[in-house]
Amino acid sequence: MINKKINSVEEAVAGVTDNMTLMLGGFGLCGIPENAIAELVKLGAKNLTCISNNAGVDDFGLGLLLQQRQIKKMISSYVGENDEFERQMLSGELDVELTPQGTLAEKCRAAQAGFPAFYTPAGYGTEVAEGKESREFNGKMYILEKAFEADFAFVKAWKGDEAGNLIFKGTARNFNPCMCGAAKITVAEVEELVPAGELDPNQIHIPGIFVQRIFQGAHYEKRIEQRTVRQR
Amino acid sequence: MLDKNGIAKRIAREVKDGYFVNLGIGIPTLVANFVREDIEVEFQSENGVLGMGPFPFEGEEDADIINAGKQTITTLPGASFFDSALSFAMIRGKHVDLTILGAMEVSENGDIANWKIPGKMVKGMGGAMDLVASAENIIVAMMHTNKRGASKILKKCTLPITGLGCVKKIVTNLAVLDVTPEGFQLIERAPGVSVEEIKNATEGNLIIKGEIPEMKIA
Repeated sequence: MINKKINSVEEAVAGVTDNMTLMLGGFGLCGIPENAIAELVKLGAKNLTCISNNAGVDDFGLGLLLQQRQIKKMISSYVGENDEFERQMLSGELDVELTPQGTLAEKCRAAQAGFPAFYTPAGYGTEVAEGKESREFNGKMYILEKAFEADFAFVKAWKGDEAGNLIFKGTARNFNPCMCGAAKITVAEVEELVPAGELDPNQIHIPGIFVQRIFQGAHYEKRIEQRTVRQR
Repeated sequence: MLDKNGIAKRIAREVKDGYFVNLGIGIPTLVANFVREDIEVEFQSENGVLGMGPFPFEGEEDADIINAGKQTITTLPGASFFDSALSFAMIRGKHVDLTILGAMEVSENGDIANWKIPGKMVKGMGGAMDLVASAENIIVAMMHTNKRGASKILKKCTLPITGLGCVKKIVTNLAVLDVTPEGFQLIERAPGVSVEEIKNATEGNLIIKGEIPEMKIA
């Protein structure tokens, strides 16, 4: 067993420096790498490009990095829930590249799987297609989208083992598996880290080969963005 | 004239037994409340769940189980979770039978604009561009006119496009329209709405063939 376990959140972010490109898993606040984000705030690396479906809220998730002005560019599909984000975007401090959600996921997966680029119909005929190669296949138009190139991927899983194998829970899975192995270094944080051999190999969602560092997060707030309930 | 629930009720009649359905945020989300109980339908949410159920009872919310609107949800027997790439493989690969989404504008040739208003804060397209580029059966739920009374059913979209030539059917507060090569064909009128009112509220070419029945919504 090749041991991927690290002993502290400081080790998780070791090597992150100014101007790097980071992938961060999560959909809204669901399944975000909370502990790594908090540590990135402490680390203070600046001019970061962050690839993440959303940009957090003002006081949680990537909003914390925005508050510290650590992000120079966001690559996301939807960014609506954050006043500080809006202020920085409108003032020109923050560069934003809006990408269709399926394309965003596939740009991660392509990087993970060794494809330099792929054709997708999403965005053909729209602003998203501007400056991109387009091509017809079987009578339908597609645009060429390139795989991401990132320095670090920070992902969050439910359970993991020391070999870096990961199991996700519910819709907290989202972009996390697509980002594993899609950057030079993948750092996974989990709610429960167990010794190798304790997870059933049949149940593993992401094999440890895609993960370089794994640690158990000290605390998970798991904030709910829209609490909706029905009456009994 | 229909309210938002009325539009959702009418669209629910288009949902057939055995369909996998993707619902957008807003009026489309309401459609799930009105689908007949004697048919089997599975709702897909782009953030990675198939077999979505109703909102949880108070105290049973799970931060790890949400829909694309980031609302807490439940799952039904037979449900599954998956990652974002696989979710969009379902969508792009045409495995989803029906897509219901909102729009700011629709044009005669089925173009849809629903993601950006120049000069306003742009939140992003989310999964809308992927959905409209691939889905073969798209129903749009929308108000026929904007708050100033101007038509949103147009000859040509004025806002930035989300997708070209993709909308098949539109259900508004006033009417059901099919998008045809000749223009918008009027299929049904909302209760108490005249053909004349629909004509006045529609900027694009409106095709009226014979008597136009009033919608039946249970």
